[in-house]
Amino acid sequence: MANYSTNEFRSGLKVMLDGDPCSIIENEFVKPGKGQAFSRVRLKNLKTGRVWDRTFKSGESLEGADVSEQNMQYLYNDGEYWHFMEPETFEQHQADKTSVGDTALWLREQDTCIVILYNGSPLAVAAANHVDLEITQTDPGLKGDTAQGGTKPATLSTGAVIKVPLFLNEGEVVSVDTRTGEYLNRAKK
Amino acid sequence: MSDNVNTGIQWRPTASNDALIKRARLLAQVREFFALRRVLEVDLPVLGERTVSDPHLDSLSTEGSQHYLQTSPEYYMKRLLASGSGPIYSLGKAFRANDRGRQHNPEFTLLEWYRPGWDESQLMAEVADLLQDVGCAPNAVAQRVTYRDIFLATVNLDPHRASLAQLVQLASDIAQRNMRGESRATCLDLIFSFEIEARLPPGVVFVHDYPECLCALAQLGVDGQGVTVARRFEVFLDRTELANGYFELLDANEQRQRFSEDNRQRKIMGKAEIAADEKLLAALDEGLPSCAGVALGIDRLLMHLVGAQHIDEVIAFSS
Repeated sequence: MANYSTNEFRSGLKVMLDGDPCSIIENEFVKPGKGQAFSRVRLKNLKTGRVWDRTFKSGESLEGADVSEQNMQYLYNDGEYWHFMEPETFEQHQADKTSVGDTALWLREQDTCIVILYNGSPLAVAAANHVDLEITQTDPGLKGDTAQGGTKPATLSTGAVIKVPLFLNEGEVVSVDTRTGEYLNRAKK
Repeated sequence: MSDNVNTGIQWRPTASNDALIKRARLLAQVREFFALRRVLEVDLPVLGERTVSDPHLDSLSTEGSQHYLQTSPEYYMKRLLASGSGPIYSLGKAFRANDRGRQHNPEFTLLEWYRPGWDESQLMAEVADLLQDVGCAPNAVAQRVTYRDIFLATVNLDPHRASLAQLVQLASDIAQRNMRGESRATCLDLIFSFEIEARLPPGVVFVHDYPECLCALAQLGVDGQGVTVARRFEVFLDRTELANGYFELLDANEQRQRFSEDNRQRKIMGKAEIAADEKLLAALDEGLPSCAGVALGIDRLLMHLVGAQHIDEVIAFSS
């Protein structure tokens, strides 16, 4: 991979730091009246999700990280690995629990999601912002209670538990915002 | 006002009309200030055959003719002083490649002036007068603090006497990475820029008596504690660095040595060497009168006067 100098640091640039792939969030140029200029850089470690603040001398460089984002179809989970497929090449990738993390709660077979590849292997997985999932378990709702507020917990086909309005029943399909885990609306089956 | 809705081309100025009016007024005030004090305005080339060798400055060069856009009018001004110009100031454009940020634009407006027969203490007083005249912190008294005292007060280290290991340790803590192998100067600059600048008192603050390793083009002197210090000062306005001044180096041989030291540094940093400015050295050989000089960033001063957060807000068309 190419090396990037501090004056090429832009938000979104993927670089290697302490052996981990990172994404630059922001880069602030700081210079005293005379003397050494610096870049104060905020980076997100793409492996751990942790945010780092590091200061570099202007002109220092970091190695680019071989990180790319790919839309892939989620195939299945074999108990240990989650399997994904690139839609055009049919090439398959397997991701472990560390890479999939909480996204597992929103993965429905056949759905398209975003897989972040690092050196060709899945590093992280993000579900689509909105997914439609079936309610597999919830307490019976109250007939006619459509307008009032009030929610109850419902377990979805993926195992996620969310709050849904009282009138929804098992077997119905709901749209969920995967970023917040919030119920959006009732969806068609 | 929006930009062209059809093309999306952003052709409008980056500064508001109000900022442009304040800029015009500031430039007029500066000229009036110096006219009253009988300091001569000199209009100097921005395109020169030679440029600074300072390893931390990158000059823009023109294609083909091998000329450089000047990073400051300093060398021309020193040649004028050596030829007997008396007190002079320059108010014009300067250029520094790769400097881009909230407080930096590669092309900027620099006010630089020299006072033959003065020392840095007298010049600091004049800088304070100028800032008061143009309407900065009208009621606040300018404060002076030594580099040592502000270091001691903020990070509890004596910048002159602390060991390199102590400086590296503190710099590493601030940078969140191992700074081993870095010089005293780099560690001091880092500590000052990130830890001290933000904690300076508000208003106009002069920091003076810099560590020897940060002398740049200042003469060396001995302070009250018998420590060799650089007779250099920096001016901060509400914690923003505004100006940098020296009791100027006069010795041509010392200047020669600093040129070659700069080039040694440039080589280490992988930068092109810069040929020494022989005309400056010849002028110094002839004799530069004892003088103090300072360079002040007009755009930053304007940012303060209009309350701008970004330099683009005070430049008609930013780079």
